[in-house]
Formats: sequence, structure tokens, C-alpha cells
Amino acid sequence: MRKSIKLKAEKLNLFFGKKQVLKNIDIEFPTNQITALIGPSGCGKSTLLRSFNRMHDLSPDAKIQGKLFLDSIDLYDKKCPVTDIRKRVGMVFQKPNPLPKSIYENLSYALKIHGYSKKEIPDLVENALRESFLWDEVKDDLDKPAVRLSGGQQQRLCIARTVVLRPEVILMDEPCSALDPISTRKIEELVLKLKEDYTIVIVTHNMQQAQRISQYVGFMYLGELIEFDTCENVFKFPRNDLTKRYVEGHFG
Amino acid sequence: MKNFSGIKGITNKLLLGGSTLIVCLVFGIIIGYIFLNGIPSISWKFIFTSPTEGMTQGGILPAILGTIALTFITTLFAIPLGISCAIYLNEYARPTLLTNTIRSSIRNLAGVPSIIYGLFGLALFVQGLNLGTSILSAGLTLGLLALPYIITSTEEALKRIPNSLREATLALGVTQFETIRDVVIPKALPGILTGIILTLSRAAGETAPILFTGVAFYINGISLTTSEEFMALPYHLYMLSTQHNAIEQVRPLAFGTATVLILLVLVFNLTAFYLRHKNRAQE
Repeated sequence: MRKSIKLKAEKLNLFFGKKQVLKNIDIEFPTNQITALIGPSGCGKSTLLRSFNRMHDLSPDAKIQGKLFLDSIDLYDKKCPVTDIRKRVGMVFQKPNPLPKSIYENLSYALKIHGYSKKEIPDLVENALRESFLWDEVKDDLDKPAVRLSGGQQQRLCIARTVVLRPEVILMDEPCSALDPISTRKIEELVLKLKEDYTIVIVTHNMQQAQRISQYVGFMYLGELIEFDTCENVFKFPRNDLTKRYVEGHFG
Repeated sequence: MKNFSGIKGITNKLLLGGSTLIVCLVFGIIIGYIFLNGIPSISWKFIFTSPTEGMTQGGILPAILGTIALTFITTLFAIPLGISCAIYLNEYARPTLLTNTIRSSIRNLAGVPSIIYGLFGLALFVQGLNLGTSILSAGLTLGLLALPYIITSTEEALKRIPNSLREATLALGVTQFETIRDVVIPKALPGILTGIILTLSRAAGETAPILFTGVAFYINGISLTTSEEFMALPYHLYMLSTQHNAIEQVRPLAFGTATVLILLVLVFNLTAFYLRHKNRAQE
């Protein structure tokens, strides 16, 4: 059976000024699956991730060639408003970055901006917090500043903030790298559950994490996608020698 | 710091500590001298009446009100313009040669002597735009003087907001404008306000920019239409201490005026200090 593809890049080249950071990347992310991007620091995995919600629009010296698609929508089509794309392709960052507002407002803010009515917002917020396993911990403190939460809670809040907009894809840029093992465990459980409703792309440095949660793995090295396959194949039967050495921990 | 140990360290500490002490001492003597001589002159009558008997008697109410109204006009003009400019430079402008030139020009403007602003205000507002010597001309001139400081301090406050915060809302499909309005500005507000207040307190004490543009020797009664001349504390002080024909006789009044001016500026600065403290406590 041919799997359906949610997100893909075709012949993607990305430059920062004169430096080429992504080289001729073709990659497809299957619907409702978790795909992990692994590779040593500076290999371009975060850069690739950020091309899918057009975060590079903010860098004046970034230049992108090639095509990126969400279903059949060209993500860099000039007619397609970047705000719509970012609403459909959500993102969770490396360091938890809650807004300097209350826990409740962290979720309600974007809903208000996107024109949801006052009546539906409270329910949407509660659902997203439940979905992110955070409701029971914060339901009595919704008016408290979000920055008072622990790091792990903040990161789950950031996931809830993304989920509340019902995106189709969630991009995660090393979401656990700033967290302790217990918080990491909780986030991983959460990510595995979210897979039922969302297509997830996660950048990670942690090989065990990639094996625990992902169904597909892309290995990148120096701006190139070296290998893309199912998680099992990449870790047990890597085709490329570089991949083999990386997953065995010979360099990183 | 490894230089700060041993004999050499002790001399260094003494030198640095000594310098600090000297600065504090000089400052303390000036303030103390003014306050000691000024406070006896201050009374309700001094603050709430106009000068009488050729300014040898009475109070300084028109000068206090003039300075407050002047600062108000400066605020109305310089704050919206300055903040908008800083937002543009820090949030929107790409780092091209042009924007860098503009930015360093603004920095340089902050170093231009205030008398130059006075003459420029005379040429532009009083004569060029035909506003006459008035509180409006003077307020706008002071506004020009305040702009580079407001732009620079606002830009610094905006720079302190981490990019991760901007990315947080942008990644939710919020526009850049909404991000600036709802996240960046509120977060940077204490820093912005601190810069503005310090700038205004400096502007309120300026004499040179208002000298040719609207300040008056003496105004009988209090008129606060924008097209008229006005009295201001710094100029009143200058006049009492150097231009009056009975300098010895009005010296206590001069000290009183100086004390009121310093207290006014002190209130400004304490407000800024409070805001900064509150901001730090939040973080």
C-alpha cells in the first residue's frame, strides 16, 4: 500500500548569504507518522525543519530554491499567506518559549488573532491542555504567568499552544534538549499520542529518542539528506556507511 | 579577576574606590549646598504664587507650570515619533548600509550641543514654520533634542527581547505587526519607559534649546495657549543668578528654584528607577 504524503521538499537548496546550508534535498513526510531528522550539529536539520513553516522569511540573507509542498499546496507560493501556512504547520522550539502572559492567554492569544469567537475559546483551550497532558496540573492556575511553570510544563504548554490551532503538521526542533529525563519521557508519550491526529517531524540529537518514537528517520550530513527510511532500517540495516557510523555513535 | 589580588590588587581597588568616592563627594556637596540654601526659601507661597516686585518677591508658579507644559508638548511630539522610529529600525529595517548609516547618524545626533538645537529650532519652527517664539516652538525643539535618546534607548530595550519570543507567536500564524504590538512592546515597555523618563528629565532641565524659541523673562499671570511665550524653571534660574539687577537680593529665590528643579528631575528619575526595579523583579 502506498502511504500518503503530507509534507515534502523537492530539490531544495538553501543558502545563507553565499554559504549553502541545504543541498538538493528531496524528502517526503508520511501522514500521521513521526519522522525524526538526525545528524551531527550543523548538518542542516533545523534549517530544513524551519523551511516548512517559512521561518527563514525573517532572515534577510536566506535564499531558497526548489519546491516545498503541504499536500498539494506550494508553501512558497506568493499567493499563499504565510500566516495561513504557519497556522497549518505548527512549530515547537528547542527552548520552551512561553509568551509573557498567563497560562490561559498562551493558548487563547492565537485563537483570538485567528478570529475564533469568545464562546468557543475556553473549550478549545481546555481540550488542548487535556490533549497535552497538562490540564490536571494547571487547571487551578490558568491565570498565573506561564513562566512560573517548570521547564517540562512550559514545553508541554508550547505544544498545547500549537495543538490548540489544530494544525496539520507539527514541527519539533529538539523539543527535549533543555529538559530532564522525566519531562522528556512525558513529552515523548505526548508526541506518540499526537501522532494519531498530526503529522510530526522532530529534529533530535538523541538516537534513543528517535528509536523510541519515530516511524521514519532521515539522516543528514553537511546539508545533504544521506539516508531516509523506516526507523528500523536506518538503525538496524543502514545502507550508507556514514549513517552506519553515525547511528553506532562513531561521530556526532 | 586575577589582577585584583596581591599588593597590585589592593592599589587598584583603592584607586577605583577612591575615584568613585570623589565623584560621589562632589555630587553630594553640590546637591547638599543647593538644598541647604534652597529649602529655607521653599514654602507653599513660593510654589503657588507668581513672582512679584520685579521678581524679588513671590514664587515661581509660572515657571513650574511652564516647565510642566513644555515637557508635555515635548512628550506628545517625541514619544510617538521616537518609538515608531525605533520599532522600524529594530524590527523591520534590514541591516543595509543605509539603515546602518541612519542608525549611527541618530547616535551622533545625541551628541550635538543643545545650543545647536536651539538655533535650529529658531530657524525651523519660529521662523520657517512661522510658529513664533512660543511654547509650541520650544516644545518641538526640545522634542528634536529628545528624539535621538528616545530612539536609541527604545531600540536597546527592543533588542533585549529574545528572538525566541518573536518566533513563538510568528510560528502560530500571528503577523509581525501583531507580534510587535502584543508581545514585543508589552515585554519591552518597562525598558522603553525608563529611557523615555530619563530623557524627559534631561529635556526638562535644558535651557539652550528654549532660549531663542519661546522662553520668557517674565510673564505676568499664567497663560497656557501654545502660541504664547512662557516661563521655565531652568531659564528662570539662569536669569535669577546671572541677569537680575539685584542678584544678591534674589539669591535665596535662585536657590529655591534650583531645589525645585532638582526635586522635579529626581521624581522623574525615581520613577524610572522604580520601573526598572519592578521589571527586574518580574524576571
